[in-house]
Amino acid sequence: MITMLKGKALVLSNNIDTDQIYPGRFLDIVDHKEIGTHCFAGIDENIAPNFPKGGIVVAGTNFGCGSSREHAPIALINMGVSVVLAESFARIFFRNAINLGLPLIVCKGLNKLVENNDEIQVDIVEAKITLLKNNKVIQGEKLGEYAMHILESGGIKPMMRNLYK
Amino acid sequence: MHAIEKILAKHAGLTKIETGEIITADIDFAEINDLYPQTLISFEEMNGKKVWDKDKVAFTFDHFAPASTIKMAQIHKTMRKFRDDNELTHHFDINAGVCHQVMPEAGVIYPGCIVVATDSHTTTHGAFGALGTGVGATDMATILISGKLWFRVPEIVQMRIEGEAPLGVYPKDVILYLLGKVRANGAVYKAIEFTGSYIESLDVAGRMVICNMALEMGAKTAYIQPNQNVLDYVNARTKIPYEVMYTDKGYKFAESYTFDISKITPQVAAPHSVDNVYPIERFKDVKINQAFVGTCTGGRTTDISAAADILRGKKISDDVRLLVIPASTEVMNDCLSKGILQDLIASGATICTPGCGPCLSAHEGVLAEGEVCITASNRNFPGRMGSNKANIYLASPAAAAASAITGYITDPREYMKEA
Repeated sequence: MITMLKGKALVLSNNIDTDQIYPGRFLDIVDHKEIGTHCFAGIDENIAPNFPKGGIVVAGTNFGCGSSREHAPIALINMGVSVVLAESFARIFFRNAINLGLPLIVCKGLNKLVENNDEIQVDIVEAKITLLKNNKVIQGEKLGEYAMHILESGGIKPMMRNLYK
Repeated sequence: MHAIEKILAKHAGLTKIETGEIITADIDFAEINDLYPQTLISFEEMNGKKVWDKDKVAFTFDHFAPASTIKMAQIHKTMRKFRDDNELTHHFDINAGVCHQVMPEAGVIYPGCIVVATDSHTTTHGAFGALGTGVGATDMATILISGKLWFRVPEIVQMRIEGEAPLGVYPKDVILYLLGKVRANGAVYKAIEFTGSYIESLDVAGRMVICNMALEMGAKTAYIQPNQNVLDYVNARTKIPYEVMYTDKGYKFAESYTFDISKITPQVAAPHSVDNVYPIERFKDVKINQAFVGTCTGGRTTDISAAADILRGKKISDDVRLLVIPASTEVMNDCLSKGILQDLIASGATICTPGCGPCLSAHEGVLAEGEVCITASNRNFPGRMGSNKANIYLASPAAAAASAITGYITDPREYMKEA
């Protein structure tokens, strides 16, 4: 598992729900790459085509609230998001993302310090976030042991494959 | 311990559990709706062969019922084959209704059970003293293989709702009022128990509305201690033996709130957030294009009946579409036998197949750019029911009906005074 990530920020506000991350009109799509092309279409359809690979989403409170749709983290991963940093995450989204191997870190106050396209470095294990524009280091909340175990296994699918051979 | 903790402990084979602990619990019923073919893809990717128990897994075709694209039809086809291959006992095809309505009707929900579904509004089943929670496709696939799911034992919040509901105030108004106070992230990761004199007075349908929208506060699950009325409903439908759990005397809640609803008026959540809640009077100048009565929140007989009571003998405005979608075929038959749907059709309503309808913009009545809808459903996020540039107002079925008559957001009490 890669534990040090570097990427450009996309800064979003509070309560970014799953309809904004992945609108219902695309829910009959099954192909993951195609799902990725509609990420954040509920906010702006121009986000996905221009999103840099390895980009980092920085959001406010309750990111991923709303539906249980796994299309939301699938879209983020396939658009190229490497990690999501937010004030807080909605429960089902949190489980879905970790299950698929997308790291999430709770980091209070970060979205007020970051602007779009700022370069950020993230230490997933230590939950340390460095703003490369001013070398400011912000301490996020470390992931729980179980969530980290799933991430280290490469998501819950490899974990289950080992359990039920 | 709290009843919710007792349910979790029993299913994890433990006598005692603590808040924050990660436990693995046996699942009593797992339901997959038609948005989630990914469940079957993940199941295969994890070497899944057969589901762990063919009596405890079902598909519900509700979000895409009936299919309106070839992709949707393909999803249904794939799921029907999986059902056949696994010889699943229960199956809810396009002629059944919304999962949260058809599961209790089919007797697979009972007090003390753990039900997990690929739908966030699975909190609804707290109305039966069950522990219901939503998961995504891959979590569901792990359940199909193992029959188990990991849970973090949640903090439990008590929401006491006291008082008698005034005229024109329905369970939907009460839960919107609470959402306005507690906010959309007021109970993230937490479990909510609803109690108090108002809750005690509620019928099964009303309890389902309250627990359904607890999810919009971010709750992991919701719970109402079952009364005799609830047990009668369950006993008429299930043959599965069950144990009702009770909270120990002196249990300390993580947080407690008390709400007095005896003086509130009909409520509306304005665009684009479920907690953007105000009394309905504030929006009387808002012109609407569509009114919608339906979904797992507002599509039961009591909801459709409340709408019909407002509309009976009147016509909807020429500028308005009124969609009525019963939550299930049982609800539709009930409404037909009582003449309710006939009255609504006479008023100008459009009746669609039981299911989720346009609630999540999949089909059947989505909104164009700039259009306005008042709806008995549960979400008003941007783009939720169609165009990102449409505006959605959440309200009671009665308010949706009153608004359909005038063409503007309208207080249902204006049509209730003579009663």
